[in-house]
Parts: sequence; structure tokens; C-alpha cells
Amino acid sequence: MADDVHALVGPYALDALDDGEEVTFEQHLALCERCREELAGLREAAAALAYGAPSAAPPPELKQRILAQARAERPNVVPLRRRRNWTAPLAAAAAIAACAAVVLGIWAASLQNSQDPFENVLSKPGSRLVSMGAAGGVAVAPDGTAVLAVAMPPAPSDKTYEAWVIQAGKAKPAGLFRGREGTSIVEIPRPVPSGSVIAVTLERKGGVQQPTRKPLAQSERVTT
Amino acid sequence: MIGMTLEPPRTRELVHLSDEALLSLVASSDEDALAELYDRFGGLAYGLALRILRDDALAQDAVQEAFLSIWRTADRFLAERARASTWILTIVHRRAVDLVRREDRRRGEPLESAPEPAAPETVEEEATLGFQRRVVQEALRRLPPEQREALELGYYGGLTQSQLAERLGQPLGTIKSRTFSGLARLRELLAQAGLEESFSN
Repeated sequence: MADDVHALVGPYALDALDDGEEVTFEQHLALCERCREELAGLREAAAALAYGAPSAAPPPELKQRILAQARAERPNVVPLRRRRNWTAPLAAAAAIAACAAVVLGIWAASLQNSQDPFENVLSKPGSRLVSMGAAGGVAVAPDGTAVLAVAMPPAPSDKTYEAWVIQAGKAKPAGLFRGREGTSIVEIPRPVPSGSVIAVTLERKGGVQQPTRKPLAQSERVTT
Repeated sequence: MIGMTLEPPRTRELVHLSDEALLSLVASSDEDALAELYDRFGGLAYGLALRILRDDALAQDAVQEAFLSIWRTADRFLAERARASTWILTIVHRRAVDLVRREDRRRGEPLESAPEPAAPETVEEEATLGFQRRVVQEALRRLPPEQREALELGYYGGLTQSQLAERLGQPLGTIKSRTFSGLARLRELLAQAGLEESFSN
């Protein structure tokens, strides 16, 4: 049926809809799983066409213009990532809405070490940085390899931090760490599947099989 | 790495990150990550914009607007399952076709009536063409001609589906199905060529 709204997916993937049709199709797209799936594949093919255009070198000043404009638009975020040592109190960090500045502060410090497992995960194709709020973040690769970078002060001597992989309401133990001044880099010993959440609790020394406390830090849902 | 000492340390580290991880950093307003992303995609974006707009100043505008859009909306990418390169190139293409249509309206006519046919490559060009470009051009050549024509006029020419219908003398329904099956077939051809992986990073 030619005027079927599903049939707009091809032209939409090519950016070839006429004025007004886009709104119609995007409304449909929000409701139609099939079209979203089809679109993902068609978009990939369309984007590949960009590689078929003749190559041309942009003038060097274009990059400078873009970066200058981006800087001018930059939201008013304290550039915490420039700190080498993470000493800011967590309370102050919590005041920052987005975790990212904090994560980056931590991470910039961690870059001193070229064997940094956090960076190793982030360098895998398709890897993502998932926010853990003010505490930091977790790097997750598509194969489920994950590494935490969190700012957690040293735990009391009778306690330990415990990481968890939570999926479908079930928490599985994912490693113990002591915490320190600065950033703790913690490799998660089990795969972190898409749709799960990473959390950290403070538990008794030696760790536990199920969390007994409320999380001190919790990630957004992992999508890979 | 040659010239390593000339680069700021952060940038040197960013070189190793995936496109997706870089976008995460851009979402948190990291300028160095934006610069690295531009180094990876700026040339490709400019080549595409120039192909569509056929005007250096307009192409630069399109690339600038696209990268600033990426800067402002990178956090939206995090929710998507698309590849970072697809997301970025989709934004670039969108800006370029928006500009070409605005320009057409302003002039009251299309910038140029027909996209250039695939020009035969000189030896020098052939030698400098990237692997990806050759694979994409080869895949295009292997499409049925009516599908190739619709994709080229639509993607590189910036024509809307009703303009395509008029230009090709076909009903709109035919254009819809040609663009759909053309892209679907192109995807298969690229997958066969093993390009999925080479495009992923």
C-alpha cells in the first residue's frame, strides 16, 4: 500500500521526506518497533554512503571555528577533570548534576598509567561510559567487560566496599575494594549485560552474598 | 608515534578511545574529545557536505552546524543503539540537505540539476582513495541501476521523495520502495564486503 506510513522509512533514512512528513513519520516511529528496527539498519547503510563522496580537505580554520564556538557554548561546569588528585569532598561533587565532570576528573588522573584497565575498556570499539552519579562512572565494552572508576574514601577497617551487577532485580556480587583517597579503579569480574545496573554498597569485611545496605553509588542502566 | 611531543597529553590518550566513548566525553562537554572526533570525521563530513552543496562556504557552514549540534546533543546518543559513526554522519547529512534545500528555495531553483555521474578516477585518485570509499563505490555499482539512481539523487543530491518522483518520472510509491530496497540491498552488499567491521572503528 503506497500511502502506508511504514513505507516512509526508506525516504526517511535518506533524509528525503518532504516538509511535514517527517513529523508524521517520527510520531509513527515512536510507536512502531518494526520501523525503528528497520530504520537502524537503513540508517547504517545510508551513513556508509558518506564514505563514497569524493574526499576533500576542509580548511584548518574550520576546526578552530568549531572549537571556539563550542567553548563559548560550554555549560558552566567546573572543569574538575583537570585536577590531578581527587580530593574534593563527595558532598561538593554531589552538587554537580551530571556525573561526567567527576568521572573525567577521576579518569584524567588515572591516565597517568598506560596499563589502566579503565582506559583499556574505553578503547574497545563500541564501549560506553555509564554514569554512576557523583561517585564516578563505569566503562562497559560490548562484550560485557566492565571497569569502575569511583571516588570512595578508604573504608573503615572492619568494612569493605562491594560492587554488584544487578539485573532483573537480582544482585550478583562483583568484587570487593577498599577505597582510597583519589580514584579506585575496580575491574568487574563478571560480564555486565545490557540492561543491568552496577551498584556499590559498604559491607562487613570479607563481603556478603547479597547487599545489606542501600547503595552508596548506582549506575544508570547499561546499554551496549 | 611521530610528532607525539607536539600534541597535548590528553589528545594523545583520546586517540585510543572508541568513537562511542569519545561521544560520552563530548556529552560531558569535553572539548578535547570534540577535537578528536573532528579529527576523525571532519574530513569525511566536509567531503560529503561539499558533494551535496557544491559550494565551499556552504559546506563549511554545514559541517560547523553539524559538529555544534553533536556538541549540544551528544547526551541523546547515549540512549541509542546506533553506532557513533552512523549517528554523526546522519547529523552531517541532515544539515547539508537542510542547507541545500534552503538555498534552492532562496534561488528559486535547484543548485544544479543533476549530480555528476561517477567520474572515472585518475591513477592518482585511485591511489589515494581509501579502502572504505572503494568498497562503498563498488557496492553502489552493484546495485540495480534504478535503485542506485534513487539513492544517489536522494543522498548526494538532497532531493526529497516528491522531487525524486518528478525527476525520475515515477509514482511516489515506487520511490518509497526503491529507496527502501536500495538501502537494504546496499547494507547486504557492504556486509558481504566485510565493511561492517571496518566502519565500526
